[in-house]
Amino acid sequence: MAKSPEEEHPHEAFGWAARDQSGILSPFKFSRRATGEQDVKFKVQYCGICHSDYHSIKNEWGSSTYPLLPGHEIVGVVMEVGRKVKRFNVGDKVGVGCMVGACHTCENCENDLENYCPKMILTYNSIYYDGTITYGGYSNIMVADERYVVRIPDALPLDAAAPLLCAGITVYSPLKYYGLTKPGMHIGIVGLGGLGHVAVKFAKAFGVKVTVISTSPSKRKEAVEHLGADSFLVSRDLEQMQAATATMDGIVDTVSAQHPLLPLINILKPHGKLVLVGAPEKPHELPAFPLLLGRKMVAGSTIGGMKETQEMVDFAAKHNITADVEVIPMDYVNTAMERLVKADVRYRFVIDIGNTLRAP
Amino acid sequence: MKITKSHEEEHPVKAFGWAARDPSGHLSPFNFSRRETGETDVRFKVLYCGICHSDLHNIKNDWGFSTYPLVPGHEIVGVVTEIGKKVKKVKVGNKVGVGCFVGACNTCDMCSQDLENYCANMIWTYGCTCYDGTTTYGGYSDFMVADERYIVCIPENLPLDGGAPLLCAGIAVYSPLKHFGFVKQGAHLGVVGLGGLGHLAVKFAKAFGIKVTVISTSPSKKGEAMDYLGADSFLVSSNADQMQAAKGTMDGIIDTIAVAHPLMPLIDLLKSQGTLVMVGAPDKPLELPVFPLLMGRKSVAGSAVGGMKEMQEMLDFAAEHNITAEVEVISMDYVNIAMERLAKGNVRYRFVIDVGNTLGATQT
Repeated sequence: MAKSPEEEHPHEAFGWAARDQSGILSPFKFSRRATGEQDVKFKVQYCGICHSDYHSIKNEWGSSTYPLLPGHEIVGVVMEVGRKVKRFNVGDKVGVGCMVGACHTCENCENDLENYCPKMILTYNSIYYDGTITYGGYSNIMVADERYVVRIPDALPLDAAAPLLCAGITVYSPLKYYGLTKPGMHIGIVGLGGLGHVAVKFAKAFGVKVTVISTSPSKRKEAVEHLGADSFLVSRDLEQMQAATATMDGIVDTVSAQHPLLPLINILKPHGKLVLVGAPEKPHELPAFPLLLGRKMVAGSTIGGMKETQEMVDFAAKHNITADVEVIPMDYVNTAMERLVKADVRYRFVIDIGNTLRAP
Repeated sequence: MKITKSHEEEHPVKAFGWAARDPSGHLSPFNFSRRETGETDVRFKVLYCGICHSDLHNIKNDWGFSTYPLVPGHEIVGVVTEIGKKVKKVKVGNKVGVGCFVGACNTCDMCSQDLENYCANMIWTYGCTCYDGTTTYGGYSDFMVADERYIVCIPENLPLDGGAPLLCAGIAVYSPLKHFGFVKQGAHLGVVGLGGLGHLAVKFAKAFGIKVTVISTSPSKKGEAMDYLGADSFLVSSNADQMQAAKGTMDGIIDTIAVAHPLMPLIDLLKSQGTLVMVGAPDKPLELPVFPLLMGRKSVAGSAVGGMKEMQEMLDFAAEHNITAEVEVISMDYVNIAMERLAKGNVRYRFVIDVGNTLGATQT
């Protein structure tokens, strides 16, 4: 008989989990493994709420197992390190993002691309090497293999740094990989939410010209005056979009709802790249002609490898880039989920785990 | 009231070819005219012209922008009969060709990188408005006049009939092979569709020394693909077991299919970081599944022929490696039947019209 979540590991832990597809989160007792020789154990201080958490608790992707304890933008302070751990000491500020394991032998792992390993283990709702389900960061403690832990530089406040671990790396990685960081380039960012707003900050730090493309005219002021975007296009305004024809070297599209790709492909210059980082449930419609006539590309990207995640966090510290967050207490989480679905957040909820998550 | 000149009168030099008059696509003899040979122009007698599937799309107005009368043909080869006084590239008597375009702005970013094919003001060889406001007429005709920049030299050892399709089909697959980095040691390329473009993609890829798998709906093409064209393996796209076994094995795929078709099984064949390049132009949008692109950092791109510099490079490469198209040479008056057969994929693998020997007889 399988052990209960409370008994499967030696160390007590608690958090909030969803029990079923209603997605309602509530206090949950479980357990974490003993700190192995390569493990880092840390007290969780904050955890960002990612839209993926919502998709998972509601089983929108059809792959959820309950109880499901989400959270993959996890930051805190090291309590214990295994005897073979080299990079961290007790007291260090650290974080864990979307993954906690991979095969470490395939070509992707060898190239520091654990995120593309076919055997990648997600921080929650995944099966770990020992056969147990992984539980995420809406919890009091985390234990993770050193390889999957990043150092949070002192210059970064923990609450506003947490979203970098998923939202941040998700936009940083494709900006670099698809060559969209050369000064003088013109980059479009579609969607001004958790991912989009951080993308604007990173892109400006790289020295490129940034245009935010959004369905909401009301976000113009924020985009230009607060985030530093150079311009703003309302995607449903055909004239504005027409005037922007063939002006962009690349576009990072953070929108996960269904939306037309053709207007975005049209505003790319020849050889331009439209990079999708949001994942709608249904396929997009892809018109072939415009891709052929401009040798344009539509590509995908998901988070980043561990090496790049650390690089991104260090870059963020150097350029004072953090997420714009609304810090909430643990027991606000269900309300936060309802608001998240309506995109009523500027721009990421972060749960103050350290101060508000109480033992059941 | 301005009276537009007739096609026979709009230019000084009389010309003759076959044109479609309406979207039935039926081709028939057509008298028109071409410009005089300008100082940077090359005039050549057309000997052969390949029939490209785009010709069929255009005569039938499948893409919705055809204007009639329409003289198709953009795989045109022949012999130079006159050159303008500033022409340096060729002499009278040289074997030359013209492909899909005969002009561009020559000053933009794309043109300055020898990528005239991506110039926003590129002028197609037929059915397009030329610098002087007239329509361009293609290679199903007795002679062509084109600016030197848009003329390629056909290497001596390349037969003209088998060489003609290189000017569209050849460059259409050669260019993405190079640009998307598929030509590297140990690379594995998929080629979807074994037709005019597909068979040349296999030949070029094998000449570059990479592993090639042909993906086709027709099991009957396997022998041809592997024994004759040299492909390393063959997948029947409707065979779920075969496609499953090949998942995640290809660095790149060149997709030559010109009708809408599922992309998901092809994206699954790519290794992570792989690219699917579409060179066929379906007129209806395709379905793009997003998760597989994200989870493997994969991409879908398009490519359309190549610039003039690359066209010449491709021809020279073809000559060096004895690469020509597999052709069925036909007489001019067979062209309507050829179009019907082409629509059914009944050709191995390109019709080429023997313009030089058979067009004249159709002129009354």
